[in-house]
Amino acid sequence: MAQQGHLEIRNVAKQFQVAGALLPVLDNVNVSVAAGEFVTIVGASGCGKSTLLRLVAGLDRDYGGTIDYDGDGIDGPSLDRGLVFQEPRLFPWLSVAQNVALGLLNADMDTAAKRRSVAEHIDLVGLSGFENAFPHQLSGGMAQRAAIARGLVNRPGLLLLDEPFGALDALTRARLQAELQRIWSHERITMVLVTHDVDEAVYLGDRVVVMAPRPGRIAETFEVGLAHPRDRSDAVLLRTRNAVLAALEATTGPDGPWSSKPQTRPAAISIPPQQAAA
Amino acid sequence: MTTSARSGSRERGPLARIKAISLLSPDMSGRDARAPRKRQALRGIALPVLLLIAWEAASHLRLIDPRILPPLEQVARTAIVQIVDEDLLYHLAASLVRDAIGFTIGTVTGIALGTLLGLSRLADRLATPTFNGVRQIAILAWIPLISIWFGFGEAAKIAFISAAALIPVVLNTYEGMRSASNQLVEVGQTLRFTTPQLITKLYLPSALPSILTGIHLALIYSWVASVGAEYFMTVGPGIGGLIIAGRERFQMDLVMLGILILGLVGFLINRGASAIEARLLRWRPT
Repeated sequence: MAQQGHLEIRNVAKQFQVAGALLPVLDNVNVSVAAGEFVTIVGASGCGKSTLLRLVAGLDRDYGGTIDYDGDGIDGPSLDRGLVFQEPRLFPWLSVAQNVALGLLNADMDTAAKRRSVAEHIDLVGLSGFENAFPHQLSGGMAQRAAIARGLVNRPGLLLLDEPFGALDALTRARLQAELQRIWSHERITMVLVTHDVDEAVYLGDRVVVMAPRPGRIAETFEVGLAHPRDRSDAVLLRTRNAVLAALEATTGPDGPWSSKPQTRPAAISIPPQQAAA
Repeated sequence: MTTSARSGSRERGPLARIKAISLLSPDMSGRDARAPRKRQALRGIALPVLLLIAWEAASHLRLIDPRILPPLEQVARTAIVQIVDEDLLYHLAASLVRDAIGFTIGTVTGIALGTLLGLSRLADRLATPTFNGVRQIAILAWIPLISIWFGFGEAAKIAFISAAALIPVVLNTYEGMRSASNQLVEVGQTLRFTTPQLITKLYLPSALPSILTGIHLALIYSWVASVGAEYFMTVGPGIGGLIIAGRERFQMDLVMLGILILGLVGFLINRGASAIEARLLRWRPT
């Protein structure tokens, strides 16, 4: 298991057709993820970090450069590369157990093994007792737990997470981050998580990749160098967080969403934060 | 039963919420939930009962000639005679069987056609404009054509009923397929769903509410069409034929009996369809 899950992204470029013009969204992206490593990618909105994840997932095959997974090029989605979206995306007409079982629909396993794996992974994400609940009966955090179980149930070598906690409240988010760290330690699989939350990126990642926008490219990479599980108030973690924050700020300018400097200009001409974030 | 429902709703946490929801679902309703429903049903019956009283009064007080509006007891007597001595049940069964066959053919074809048009770009471009044009033609206008194509017997009637059932099913299945969530389709792609899996696991269940609406309409349309076929095509066994016979023999009690039966069957079909719909769609938040 530990041997599998090596991801190599080389010279990847991607363009979108916008109103007849070609808009570069990714340019010369190089990331190497070792088997069993937890890499987080952090960047401003529109830096192409989610696009990069979709390329690795195989949902979009129109790009330049090469993406190799365990030495092979990526040719469409694979059960060995799980993907968790920002929204839980559960099938509303299926129960939690049935939703998780969707991840095994095309797995090469007998029915009993499938049932066992579904039960194990529901337990792993802490949803025991909710097997027969329908998605509309779950809270946002519980629904996202179910989605993570669906992504993990086939025991993929690589789990891709696209801002999985972005829509959750702060308390639930913190709890799920800790859970994800525990699951990662337990399953020992490679994880790549995309986020705009610096604290999340630093808390979870062995390495934090900072991306710069327009066009999306790698600005800097930070080694966190702390063992898991981590303490959020660890001094090394906080130092890394500040360094990542500074690097992010450099990608977006002083008025970017991560600006920690005090506002010096008059309020009348300053950009409201919600506009700057958009 | 009352106490268990109360203690269940007092529990804390999400599990309590689920219990509370399932307690409200129709199959587990306690006495608490049933009482107001009974009152609502009584209100629904009030108007028909008033109409029957008005009918009875009108014919007894000679406000309307009883040959045109026979009193209720005469209709009831006719009903007994028709059931015991004549073939009322046979006529009813003939109509229902015809309805069921036509409805089944129309619905199955409709779901298949609607799925094809909803999921295949090519089929959609080729056939949807034609279908939309053809469905503008009033269903009754097809009767002469169908009679010539399918003869004057049972086949023509069933073809007509099928056509009536087909149209709402195609339209609603098509709409349902079109409104499937792209986000869920991406999940299916990520999990390597095959095309048949995408259809059975994703498109059909996601279109189910819409398809059931179509089927519900098809049930009503095909019952109306069953009677229409009996009215406008050659006389054969059936409630429609019975009504026509009553008109020709100027037996208004027979006509009224036929109409009452049509209404009652339609009402029961509608009720049954609603109950099945609620059961199949219990995953939806209410």
